[in-house]
Amino acid sequence: MSASRIPANGTTIAEQLKRAGVSRRHFMTFCGKLMVAAPAGLAITNYLSPAAVAATLGKARRPSVIWLHMQDCTGCTETLLRTSQPDLADLILNIISLDYHETVMAASGHDAELALADAMQQNDGKYVLVVEGSIPQGNGGNYLKIAGRTGIDMLNDVASHAAAVIAIGSCASWGGVPSSDPNPTGAVGVDSIIKSKPVINIPGCPPNPYVLLGTVLEYAATGTVPKLDSIGRPLFAFDRVIHDQCPRRAHFDAGRFAVKFGDEGHRSGWCLYKLGCKGPVTHAPCSTRQFNEVVDCWPIGIGSPCIGCTEKDIAFRVPLFTTADIKHPVPPDTYPGIHAEGRQVSPVATGIAGIVGGALVGAGIVASRKVDAGNDNDSQPKE
Amino acid sequence: MEAHAQHQPVGGKLDTWPFRILLLLGAIGLMLTAWRFAVGLGASTALSDGYPLGLWIALDVVTGTALACGGYAVALVVYIFNKGKYHPLIRPAILTSALGYTLAGLAVAIDLGRPWNMWKIPIYFWNWNLNSPLLEVALCIMAYVGVLWMELSPAILEKFGIRVPLLEKALMWIIALGLLLPTMHQSSLGTLMMLAGPKLHPLWFTPLLPLLFLVTCLAMGYAIVVFESVFSSMAFHRKPETAMLAVLQKIAVYCGLGFVAARLIDLAVRGKLGYAAHFDLYGIVFWIEMVLWVLPAVMLFASPRVTLGSLFRGAMVIAVAGGLYRFDTYLVAFQPGPGWHYFPSISEMFISIGLISLELAAYVVLVKRFPILGGRRAS
Amino acid sequence: MATDRRAFFKGIAAAATLTVIPTAAIAREKRTASKDAVGLFYDSTLCIGCKACVVSCKEANDMPADVDGYGGGLYDAPEGLNEYTKNVIQLYRDDAEWSYVKKQCMHCIDPACVGACMLGALHKDERGIVSYDPDKCVGCRYCETVCPFNVPKFEWAKAAPKIVKCELCRHRLAVGKEPACSAVCPRKAVIYGKYADLLDEAHRRLEASPGKYVPKVYGEKDLGGTQVIYLSHVDFEKVGFRFDHQESVPNTQQSVQHGLYKGFAGPIALYAILGAVMFRNRRSEDNDKHESGS
Repeated sequence: MSASRIPANGTTIAEQLKRAGVSRRHFMTFCGKLMVAAPAGLAITNYLSPAAVAATLGKARRPSVIWLHMQDCTGCTETLLRTSQPDLADLILNIISLDYHETVMAASGHDAELALADAMQQNDGKYVLVVEGSIPQGNGGNYLKIAGRTGIDMLNDVASHAAAVIAIGSCASWGGVPSSDPNPTGAVGVDSIIKSKPVINIPGCPPNPYVLLGTVLEYAATGTVPKLDSIGRPLFAFDRVIHDQCPRRAHFDAGRFAVKFGDEGHRSGWCLYKLGCKGPVTHAPCSTRQFNEVVDCWPIGIGSPCIGCTEKDIAFRVPLFTTADIKHPVPPDTYPGIHAEGRQVSPVATGIAGIVGGALVGAGIVASRKVDAGNDNDSQPKE
Repeated sequence: MEAHAQHQPVGGKLDTWPFRILLLLGAIGLMLTAWRFAVGLGASTALSDGYPLGLWIALDVVTGTALACGGYAVALVVYIFNKGKYHPLIRPAILTSALGYTLAGLAVAIDLGRPWNMWKIPIYFWNWNLNSPLLEVALCIMAYVGVLWMELSPAILEKFGIRVPLLEKALMWIIALGLLLPTMHQSSLGTLMMLAGPKLHPLWFTPLLPLLFLVTCLAMGYAIVVFESVFSSMAFHRKPETAMLAVLQKIAVYCGLGFVAARLIDLAVRGKLGYAAHFDLYGIVFWIEMVLWVLPAVMLFASPRVTLGSLFRGAMVIAVAGGLYRFDTYLVAFQPGPGWHYFPSISEMFISIGLISLELAAYVVLVKRFPILGGRRAS
Repeated sequence: MATDRRAFFKGIAAAATLTVIPTAAIAREKRTASKDAVGLFYDSTLCIGCKACVVSCKEANDMPADVDGYGGGLYDAPEGLNEYTKNVIQLYRDDAEWSYVKKQCMHCIDPACVGACMLGALHKDERGIVSYDPDKCVGCRYCETVCPFNVPKFEWAKAAPKIVKCELCRHRLAVGKEPACSAVCPRKAVIYGKYADLLDEAHRRLEASPGKYVPKVYGEKDLGGTQVIYLSHVDFEKVGFRFDHQESVPNTQQSVQHGLYKGFAGPIALYAILGAVMFRNRRSEDNDKHESGS
């Protein structure tokens, strides 16, 4: 799968799919999935039908992607490989032009290095760089060396010619597992090294592959990157916390919690908050976009508390079973205020009270006049 | 009692239009009472957890029993200060007291949420919470209703020609009890709201509440005797006891002035007088009370002659002043917190009106048929 | 005769004074929490507003749902403590800050309601829990009138109403469980324990995080002390604690009342004097009659 075996760049996705014999139905299914994965926030999915999305994507030129591995477990690659729809063979290689990827490329040794050089040269300034894994800075960066170069050198070199840099996975985003205390290799994320251009973080351990595809295709079709949040995550996928649409939310609201693994509450599918679930503070699309199309195949779905892998300060920083400190900048409105509301005063009642009061005053005046009239002569000198 | 001959039934027919109206209002009140027990307090009253005590307590019990203190006030003059010449006033005063306290007891029974436990109050002495001012009020009022009817019993029995020598012998000690009990529970009605503590507006909350309540009940007691005597003399064409009433009026006025002085000095000493300068509901109501208390004194000292009319007006003002003070202490100055409102519901008002109408109707029946009123028929 | 009478009036005045004027108001001893006192400690900075305590309280006490609240008729969503609700989470919010607050009985060390209750239907047990016994309750609602926290509630809708208030899940304590609200709280925002331990913990938190809280443990001294104590990050007045003076509510009233009724001496003396005066008056009247008659 070296660069020489990939058709020359400049073909559109539609042309490539036709050439590779991928059915239109297959492509349309993919487009539908992409719409589900990115319902809002992306220009390429901002249409009413998969056909319209397919038409837009079809016109886009295939983006050249260079994928670098740093200190990683290859989990992010694995999750990309295990997308069942589209699968790698059928679609990804035709939709994007994966010109260099250490795990899936056939070449090795000097051939591989040549492929990297080729890809960089052919698409200089136009390719998308995807980085997987954290970059070790300790010991002069010598904890990671590929073809005699440190990770830092390699990243600086490839990134300097890239159009866009995407950090995939929590490690590339901000260090991930390797950076957890005591962080012997001095692992950091991509954006700690690359300061000259914006880095898109797609955290997760592993991240949802559709977020990567959506981001890359948005760039290919429109030339712009999606809107990012304050820590560089595409908002179309990281706009809300898992808690907001967690399937177990009803149990949280009702106060039904699993307190031990395997207890009655746990087996009944109750809320995992007490087991340390970080869903309430974790911005991720997990609860709305199923992982790799397998129903309920995500931590909370299978009864495991969320570890907050898409959050910089939570996964690998906060102990797994510590309950999350739920912070909403503005709490929801579904609470009673401090003071209770009393009963309403009936206007009819006040009216009647007025009439009675008036009648009494009137009767008093009339009676005292009568007393005056009847007893004028019956007075006493003062003592 | 040596003064038996002074008391005579008024006579005359009972079936008059005012009497019929009273009975009609009473019937409406009784029907609403039945409805209240059928649907519960929530649906039939405007009471709430913020204002758990409402019109029935503040008006019928707290204000009503003070207005029914005529018997207490006159008995004090007659038996303790030994002014036998006031004896003609005592039976009507005792009658209004007996009726007023009975009405208060009925109002409480209607107001209680669990009246079927009421009998336990006097019986379960081993459970008595002696710190509770309400317990004292409840026990005293229960006892006092009995005492009042016993005090009145000679008048009732006389009519049927029955004499109970034992009762006549014991009557003096019963009367003494009839003087002790109001002293206790009328002051305790003040202590009662002291326990509302911080929820009571500072202009009303004071450790002097028991004294203030006792003084107001005396003033109102004398005032109501004056009012009732003048009214009865009008309605039943009796010769009014103007000279005696003038003296009672004076006592009431002095009680009122003493009340005003005590209250102002107390507020000043405790440094709460500043609240009176606030131009809010509480400041305004406070000054209305004060003016109403001082007004009868002005009326009394300003007019050259004491006429029945001036007595009548002065007595009414005192009764209103005292009633307002007590009503305010229980409802207006009670601040359960933001968000709570109370205004009596229509059924609450008509049950109160019905009870008062029945009381008045009973008064009419008793004075017309039994030897209650003193004095001579006006020529 | 006249001078004698004056002397009598003085006696009456003295006895009456004894009966109504709190001059001799006996300084009442300040109540302190008993050795076995238990309570709750609520920390508003830990509360996440999940309302699990509201739900578990209702389950533990077999309380009906209140759908008349803010839930639009769909949910059990009480506006505050009421006849269906012994425990509630409320929200304070203004432009600058917000806070949840848990409301339930404060289990005062010197409770006004217990002082008010005629037959001791409300009483403090040996652990200081203010408990309710409907058999002794006449439904006078005086407890509601006097409670400075507006805690006791009355079953207005029922024909045989009772008073409803938190009794610290004493039926659960009896079988060795802790109160439902603290047991279920996922954040330990409300904890149950011995009163002394709770106070220590509250002070420990105050000292450990200066500036995090309003520097005060509400209930340590307020209104004579309450066995439910609070730490808050917003002013206590804002979350509905209206009163912060240290005197307990029954203190003034009971000082006065004890002054008046100490050993029931005042009323007995007054009664004796009243009787004696009347007896004397009567005898003198009789004598007058005899004299004039003879």
